[in-house]
Amino acid sequence: MDRSGRLAWVPHLALLIGIAITAFPIYVCFIASTQTTTEILAAPMSLLPGGHFFENYGEALTKGTALTTGVPVARFLLNSLIMALVIAVGKIAISLISAYAIVFFRFPGRMICFWLIFVTLMLPVEVRIMPTFEVVANLGLIDSYVGLTVPLIASATATLLFRQFFLTLPDELIEAARLDGAGPLRFFKDVVLPLSSTNIAALFVILFVYGWNQYLWPLLVTNSASMTTIVIGIRTMIGGGDAPTPWNLVMATTVLAMLPPLAVVVLMQRWFVKGLVDSEK
Amino acid sequence: MQRRVVFDNKILPYLLVAPQLVITIVFFFWPAGEAVYFSLERQDAFGISTVFVGLDNFADVLSDPNYLHSLWVTAGFSVAVAALALVPALLLAVLADRVVRGASLYKTLLMMPYAVAPAIAGVLWLFLFAPGIGLVALLLKRLGVDWNYMLNGDQAMLLVVLAASWKQVSYNFLFFLAGLQSIPKSLIEAAAIDGAGATRRFWTIILPLLSPTTFFLIVVNIVYAFFDTFGVIHAVTGGGPAKATEILVYKVYDDGVVGLDLGGSSAQSVILMVIVVALTAIQFRYVERKVHY
Repeated sequence: MDRSGRLAWVPHLALLIGIAITAFPIYVCFIASTQTTTEILAAPMSLLPGGHFFENYGEALTKGTALTTGVPVARFLLNSLIMALVIAVGKIAISLISAYAIVFFRFPGRMICFWLIFVTLMLPVEVRIMPTFEVVANLGLIDSYVGLTVPLIASATATLLFRQFFLTLPDELIEAARLDGAGPLRFFKDVVLPLSSTNIAALFVILFVYGWNQYLWPLLVTNSASMTTIVIGIRTMIGGGDAPTPWNLVMATTVLAMLPPLAVVVLMQRWFVKGLVDSEK
Repeated sequence: MQRRVVFDNKILPYLLVAPQLVITIVFFFWPAGEAVYFSLERQDAFGISTVFVGLDNFADVLSDPNYLHSLWVTAGFSVAVAALALVPALLLAVLADRVVRGASLYKTLLMMPYAVAPAIAGVLWLFLFAPGIGLVALLLKRLGVDWNYMLNGDQAMLLVVLAASWKQVSYNFLFFLAGLQSIPKSLIEAAAIDGAGATRRFWTIILPLLSPTTFFLIVVNIVYAFFDTFGVIHAVTGGGPAKATEILVYKVYDDGVVGLDLGGSSAQSVILMVIVVALTAIQFRYVERKVHY
């Protein structure tokens, strides 16, 4: 191996260039969020932080902008948080129990259930936009948290991951549980759930990011600005030709929108990387 | 595949699969069925009466020059996104696999765009390329490039490709790195002892051994470019200028939600479903092959 030190700096330099390109858009966004609109429009804007950090973030969080009809960004953040958490926790919960039923029981219709769940892999929201919207509208779920989250909760990926993991558990575990007189619910709570904790943590990261970053779905099922998510909110802040875009507030909102999923990924990266690579196998 | 030892219970398993099945049926199968049903009928201009038209909607869609244009745009877009997201990711993964000091820091930094929503990736790049404001746009202007993605279709395409692939590089990087780390070091050392240089080792050992990962990622990246990039297109170009960046998913949305053409939009949805099924089938064929690898 070329660890002789002579050219050891080459990969480092190349990686630093890669990271610089990766981080540059995020850096510029942060810098712009600390300046005034006038400073940003100076063309070119300065690449050093301005002195309006608290002002911009305060204004965005509490007042919003004219184009969001005065709905504060704090409200968008709350909606996104509810959406991401309900989707992540809900998907994990229903996938855990359905995978448990499919693996640890034998019942008529077991394979039909498995295939019904499996086939949904091939039906992402994006290919059934109009009809799904019709269904949600007929159920009166437009502009509600239920409409925003429940249709996205069914997930073949999570169920398949848990199924695969459950199949690797040794039979002796169940036999031992039976000897101890533990029923299926007790076995689930005391044995299966603790053993699944790593998988649950990994899926939580992936699904939180998935829920937070949803775009098409909230765009369809929310009409009022107060029910929409932060990702959609940013889009509405960038005006058409008529009103000037308050770039400093847009960029502050963008930083706020990136922060929660970024924090989850970075803080839980140990589980996340393993889970990501495993769940796609 | 099933377990030898299982629990006996008549009702419990049904209760456990019920939540997932109910949601799946209400929000997946019912709408998917409706898409097929709507795609076979046509509403009058006022939405009062509908007539069964058989495959007419499909014939209309497939002979519509706008749809064929959108198909070409999607093909070009997804190939460009996949290429631009895969090649740098592989390069960075090979480098990150070689360094010892600082490896985990590099990995953390390169994984960041994974957490960024496609639409936000679009906004970040839009801010760099906005004519008259964006730093890159100003630089291009100084270099004599007449940059305005709002008027020039090729430039708009370039911008959405950059934003979409920037986000996906992280994902590919993590998979390539995991793939590289699973290659036995002894194999590479043996080649090195036999006198194969770094470049030769890459082409003759590392790349062939990575081919399952690469193939898997190509499919995933094309699926990503087809479906998940809706946010990038909607936030940055809105399909324009002059439909230059109107990918298929955007067209389904635009025709259905904005244009209210239920039959045509549903026919397009059904065509997209067929494309997803085909891509998934390819992916699973490959998974089976990998077992024998």
